[in-house]
Amino acid sequence: MSELASTTGRATVAARRRKRRGSVGAVARHLVLIAFSALALFPIYFMVVNALKTNDDFASNATGPPHHVVWSTFRGAVTGSDMGKWLLNSLFITVASVAISTALAALAAYPLSLMRWRPGRLVTSVLIALMVIPPIVLIIPLFQMAADLGQLNTYRTVIAIYTGIMLPFSTFLLASFFSTIPRPLLEAARMDGAKTWRTFTKLVLPLSLPALATVFIVQALWVWNEVLIAVVFLQKDSLRTLMVGLTLFKSRYQIDVPVIMAGMLVATIPVLLFYLAGQRFFIRGLTAGGTKG
Amino acid sequence: MRVGRLTPWVYAAPMLAVVAAIFAYPIVSLVRYSLENVGTSAYVPTTFAGLANFRFIFSDSLFVGALENNLKLFLCVPIMVVLSIILAALLFDRPRGWKVYRTLLFLPYILSIPVVGVVFSYLFTYNGSANETLRGLGLGFLAKDWLGSTTWALPTIMFVIIWKELGFGVIICLARLMSANEEYFEAARVDGAGWWQRLRHITVPQLVPAIAFYAVVELINMLSWVFAYVYVMTLGGPQNSTVVSEYYIYEQVFQNNVIGIGAAAGVVLLGVVSVLIIARLRIDRRLAAFAYE
Repeated sequence: MSELASTTGRATVAARRRKRRGSVGAVARHLVLIAFSALALFPIYFMVVNALKTNDDFASNATGPPHHVVWSTFRGAVTGSDMGKWLLNSLFITVASVAISTALAALAAYPLSLMRWRPGRLVTSVLIALMVIPPIVLIIPLFQMAADLGQLNTYRTVIAIYTGIMLPFSTFLLASFFSTIPRPLLEAARMDGAKTWRTFTKLVLPLSLPALATVFIVQALWVWNEVLIAVVFLQKDSLRTLMVGLTLFKSRYQIDVPVIMAGMLVATIPVLLFYLAGQRFFIRGLTAGGTKG
Repeated sequence: MRVGRLTPWVYAAPMLAVVAAIFAYPIVSLVRYSLENVGTSAYVPTTFAGLANFRFIFSDSLFVGALENNLKLFLCVPIMVVLSIILAALLFDRPRGWKVYRTLLFLPYILSIPVVGVVFSYLFTYNGSANETLRGLGLGFLAKDWLGSTTWALPTIMFVIIWKELGFGVIICLARLMSANEEYFEAARVDGAGWWQRLRHITVPQLVPAIAFYAVVELINMLSWVFAYVYVMTLGGPQNSTVVSEYYIYEQVFQNNVIGIGAAAGVVLLGVVSVLIIARLRIDRRLAAFAYE
């Protein structure tokens, strides 16, 4: 049945395509889309071509491809800085805070979406409101608090703050995914004598693996790219995250742009690969709020 | 699901505890700091300041200018909305290769602001690719030092913000269109409605909820999440022309060490954001009514 539906769907699409082919409208459409795609891609092109140039080549030719390709810029970027260390720092902070936040969010989303719980509605509205609090206003008191407790320049503090700031979003998102689990499944599990915890671990979580992946990826992207909190709370050079390190990198290598571009490219490739591999999770997670209603 | 009275609390407790520590406690402290001359050492004790901090920031042209800059950033939002609608509508007709276009258009959204900011700051130097392109098109008289000019630095940052956030809007609008009923579009096509007519009378009305969501999210972003752009591209310069409220707060607290003043500015920012939260709830309610009609 669904196969049939999708075949007819494809047939209509193909028919529409045929009808339009060759028309002026179709050409104009592609021109607009190509122009915007090129604009979207241009900074990556700029990074790639300039990472492969010598500094002299860059000075005379900033936009075109290199006259002859050099690879030494990458060595300069990686060995001339603490980039390897920054990369590991970012990786550790991202994985730790996202893992903790996802776990706590899943636990809290369970009663919010699937249990009879009167204050649940209020908790959900508060979470929605908290999602838009500017981080800078939280950081002022948190900084004083961390200073008083002697916890500045520690990963613990940064991980706790990232976890807290992500929790309203991740809890809300997971709760809305959990609430799509069919009620009869839950009732059946209960009939079989499963306790609340068993239902959670044996039914809710396994059914929600794609949702968990989505939440994990969206949060990881945010932590990986975050700057403000990392700048304020990790002030020792050896503790820096990659994104903050890169910002400093620019002032250190001001004159050697190709080395900077090589560094930027090395930092961007993991995110790009991650995006291309898990695109549907990204898109679903980021649009979850917008398509409803 | 029917459970014991305390069970939901047990599951939600860890999340609620972290959220209280990272949001509730700091917000209370922030309000307290805003009424104090916060001491920086044992020799400079904290004293009660009343409303002096608020009087100071509203007479400080830098803070007023920062708020104005945030308001100017709001101008990005209508541009992003219009472009998102057009691009989503073009993609929705599923032209050949639309999935590739979608992947490319969304790409800027996942790149990190430091990388994007550094690359664009090279593109926009006086001899950079942007001016080179203008000269190539015979528009050399338009070439300028984009980020070095007090007139053009903020519009240049706005361009980069639009460049980076546009893909998010396209994806939200496209997802909304794809979940809408195909029949409307098919009927309009059968009736021989042109592209613009379909866009005005069918696509845009279908997109209202998605546009409202995107617009409010981006308005909030323009207030609460633009620190990294300014920090990476201009550090508030030239001549403070690109200072936004987040950056003002950051400078007062972490560079000038006047925590009370930064906190007062934080309270004002929080107030403005709260208005948007209320607006958002209003919009949601109106849309709900609209959906039932």
